[in-house]
Amino acid sequence: MNNIIKKFIPQILAILVVVLIFGFLTMNAQTNMDNRGIDFGFGFLSQESSFDVQFSLIEYSGSDSYARAFLVGLLNTLLVSLISIIFCTILGVIIGVARLSSNYLIKNSAAWYVEFFRNIPLLLQIFFWYYAALRALPLPEKANAWFGVTYMTVKGYYIPAMVWENLNVFLYCGLAAIISIIVLRNYANNLRDTKGKQIPVLLYSIALLIVLPLLSFLFGGVSLEFELPQLKKLSKISYIYEGGISLPPELIALVLALSLYTSTFVAECVRAGIEGVSKGQKEAAASVGLTPNQVLKLVIMPQALRIIIPPTTNQYLNLTKNSSLAAAIAYPDLVLVFAGTALMQTGKAIEIVSITMLTYLTISLTIAAIMNWYNKKIEIKEK
Amino acid sequence: MQTINFLKPNRDNIKNYSIIGSVLILISLIDVISNSFLKTNLTSFLPGSLTTLFPLILGLIGLNMMRIDYSGNKKLDLLNKNINTNNFNALLTLLIIFSIIKALPPSLSWMILDANISGDSKDACTGTGACWTYIKVWFRRFMYGMYPNEFHWRINTAFILVIALGFVGYFMKENLKKYLALYYVIIYPVIAYLVIYYLISGGSFGLQWVETGAWGGLSLTFIVSFFCLIFCFPLGMIFALGRRSNLPAIKYISICYIEFWRGVPLITVLFMSSVMFPMFLPEDFFMDKLVRVIIAITLFEAAYCAEVIRGGLQSLPRGQYDAAKSLGMGYWKMHIFVILPQALKLVIPGIANTFLALVKDTPLIFVVGLAELAGMLALAKTNPKWLGFAMEGYIFASIIFWIICYAMSKYSYNLEAKYKTER
Repeated sequence: MNNIIKKFIPQILAILVVVLIFGFLTMNAQTNMDNRGIDFGFGFLSQESSFDVQFSLIEYSGSDSYARAFLVGLLNTLLVSLISIIFCTILGVIIGVARLSSNYLIKNSAAWYVEFFRNIPLLLQIFFWYYAALRALPLPEKANAWFGVTYMTVKGYYIPAMVWENLNVFLYCGLAAIISIIVLRNYANNLRDTKGKQIPVLLYSIALLIVLPLLSFLFGGVSLEFELPQLKKLSKISYIYEGGISLPPELIALVLALSLYTSTFVAECVRAGIEGVSKGQKEAAASVGLTPNQVLKLVIMPQALRIIIPPTTNQYLNLTKNSSLAAAIAYPDLVLVFAGTALMQTGKAIEIVSITMLTYLTISLTIAAIMNWYNKKIEIKEK
Repeated sequence: MQTINFLKPNRDNIKNYSIIGSVLILISLIDVISNSFLKTNLTSFLPGSLTTLFPLILGLIGLNMMRIDYSGNKKLDLLNKNINTNNFNALLTLLIIFSIIKALPPSLSWMILDANISGDSKDACTGTGACWTYIKVWFRRFMYGMYPNEFHWRINTAFILVIALGFVGYFMKENLKKYLALYYVIIYPVIAYLVIYYLISGGSFGLQWVETGAWGGLSLTFIVSFFCLIFCFPLGMIFALGRRSNLPAIKYISICYIEFWRGVPLITVLFMSSVMFPMFLPEDFFMDKLVRVIIAITLFEAAYCAEVIRGGLQSLPRGQYDAAKSLGMGYWKMHIFVILPQALKLVIPGIANTFLALVKDTPLIFVVGLAELAGMLALAKTNPKWLGFAMEGYIFASIIFWIICYAMSKYSYNLEAKYKTER
C-alpha cells in the first residue's frame, strides 16, 4: 500500500501540474482571442498570400496560397542546409585530418582555424560575410569573370545554367550505372569469398559511371547546353546579368558562415574518431599482412566511422536548425517567409509559430530516429 | 668513383646539401617577402606564371636537399621531423609560410598602419585603412546600449557586486560549506536579481527608472546569459532526474520536454516568446519583453543542460546506487548525498560547454528587437553619419566575443583535465 502511494502520488501530481499549466495557457489564449476577435484555425493556409518571395526554387507568385509560401520557405531552408552540409563535410574532414598531421605548421594552423571559427557567434559571422565582406565585391559591370564564365558581384554570384534535352534518359542511364555497380560489387565480393579471386571493382565502377552516361549522349538524344550569364544594361548606371542562375548574396553569406562554423565541429568529430581507433588495431592489421591501403579501408575506417557518424549527424542537425538565422539577413527561409512575412499579414501567431516549430521538430526527430536505428545496426555485438 | 646524386642527399654530404638547401630556401623567402612587403618583383625576368611559382619550386628543392634522415644534427632532425617529412608535407609547409607572409602586409596596413583613431567624426577617417574612430565614438553605445550615459556607473556597480557575490563560495568558512549548493542554487540568483533590478532598472532609492528597452550592448549580453545560466542549471537537473526516473508519467513528461526544446531552433523559440507567448498570458498581465526572452532561452538551454547532466548520471557505476540504497537511503537522500555530488563533478566540462553555447546564442535576441551588441552594430551601421563602417564594427564585435568564448573554452578544457586526473 505504502509503495503504491509512493509510486502514484508523484506521477499524478506531475500530470496534474502539466495539465494545469496547459489548461491555464489555453484558457488565457481563448479569452484573449475572443476579446480581439481572432479565431483559431488553419483555413488561412489556402488563402491567397499576396506577397512576393525574392528567391524561390519552385514557381511562386503573390497569387499562390500560404501553404505554397510555406513550401517555398521549407525548400529554401533545405537548400541552404544541403549546400552547407556538403561544404562543411569536405572542409571538416580536411581540417580534422590536418589536426592529426605530423607537420607542426599544418597541425597548428588547423587548430587555430578551429579555435577561430568556433568561438565567434554564428550570427556575427553571418553579418560579417553579408554586410562587410560581400558588400566589398565589385558591381556587375566591373566584375571579372571567374573560371571564364561565372561572375561574383555585389548583387550575387552568376553561374551558367544547364539546359538539358531528354534529361530523363540521362538520369535513367546514371541510375542504371549505379545499379550495375552495386551488382558488380556483390558479384566481386561473392567471387572473393568463394574462389579467392579479386577483380578491380573500383576501376570497373568508374568506367561504368563514365561510359553509360556517355552512351546516352551518343545514342539517347541527350544534349546539354550552357546558358551563360550576359551583362545587360538596365538604365544609365545600373547593370545586371541575365541568363544563367543567380545565387543571391544572402545565400552565399549564409552558406559561407554555416559551413565555416560547422566545419570546426565536424573537424573535431573526425579527429576524435580517428584518434579513437587504438594503435593496436593498426598494428594487428599490418601484422596479418594487409597493405596500408587495406588497413585504412578495412580496419581503421569502419571503426573510425562508427565513432564519427553519430556526432557528425548531430552537427548536421544543428546546422539545419542554425540555418534559421537566415531570417536575420533576409534570406527567404522558412522562418522569414512563414514566421515573418506570413505572420505579419495574417496575424495568426499561434498557428504559424506552431507549424514552424513542428516542421523543425519533425526534421530533427526523423533524423534522430534514423540515427538511433543506424547506431543499433553498427553497434559492436559483444558476446 | 663518387657520383653526385642530387635527389638523394645523405649523411656523407650533409654539409654541402644543408648549405645549398638553406641558401635556396633563403632566396625563395627573400623573393616572397620583397614581393609582398616592398612590392618589387625580383624575378620579373622569368616568363608569366613561372614568376609566381619560382619561390615555391626553389623552396621545394631546398627542403628536399635538407631532408637527411639521422643527420646527427639535432636542429636539422627536429626541423625535418616537424615540417619536412616528405615532399607533400614540404609543399604544404611552404604554402602556409608564404600565405602568411603574403597576408601580413595588407592586413597590418588595414588594421594598424593606415588606420585612424583620432577625432570624433567620420571626417577624421581619411586613410585607406580601418576607421577605429567609429568604434571609439560608439564604444559606450556598444557596451551599454541606449542606457543614459550618466547612469553607466549603475551597470558597472551592479556587475561588480554580482561577480563579488559569486566568489563568496571561495571565502566561506569550512562549517558553512555544506550550505554552498543552497546558496548558489537559491539565494544567489535571488540576490543577483534584486541587485540588477534595483541598480540597473532603478525606480527606487532615488535612482531614476530606466526601462529595459534602453538596455543594450554587451552589458545586455552579460545580463541575459547570466540569468539564463543560473536558472537553466537547476531546471536541467530536475529534468535529467525526471528522465532517469522509473515512474513512467514523470519519465515521459521529461522526455517530451527535452526532445521538444532540442528539436526546435532558438530563433523560433524567441519568435514564440515575442509574438505567441503574450497571447497565453492573462489579459491584464504584462510581462516585459526582456523577461520573456530570458524565460524562453532558459527553458531552451535547460533541455541541453538536462542531457549533459543525464550523461553524468548514466556514467556512474550501478554500485553507487546499490550502496546508497543498501544504507536505507530514500530517493532524495540518495541523490542529494551520493549521486548528484559525483555526477555533477563529472559533467562540469559538459556544462561549461553548454554555457559557452548559451553565450554564443545570446546575439540572437537581436532578432526580436533587443539591441545587444549585434543589434547596436546594426543600428550604428545604418546611422547616416556613420555609413560604410560595417567591417570595423563586426571585426570589433568578433574580437570581443572571441576573447570571451576562447577564455571560456580554455577554462572548461582545464576543468576537464583537472577532473580527469582526480578520478
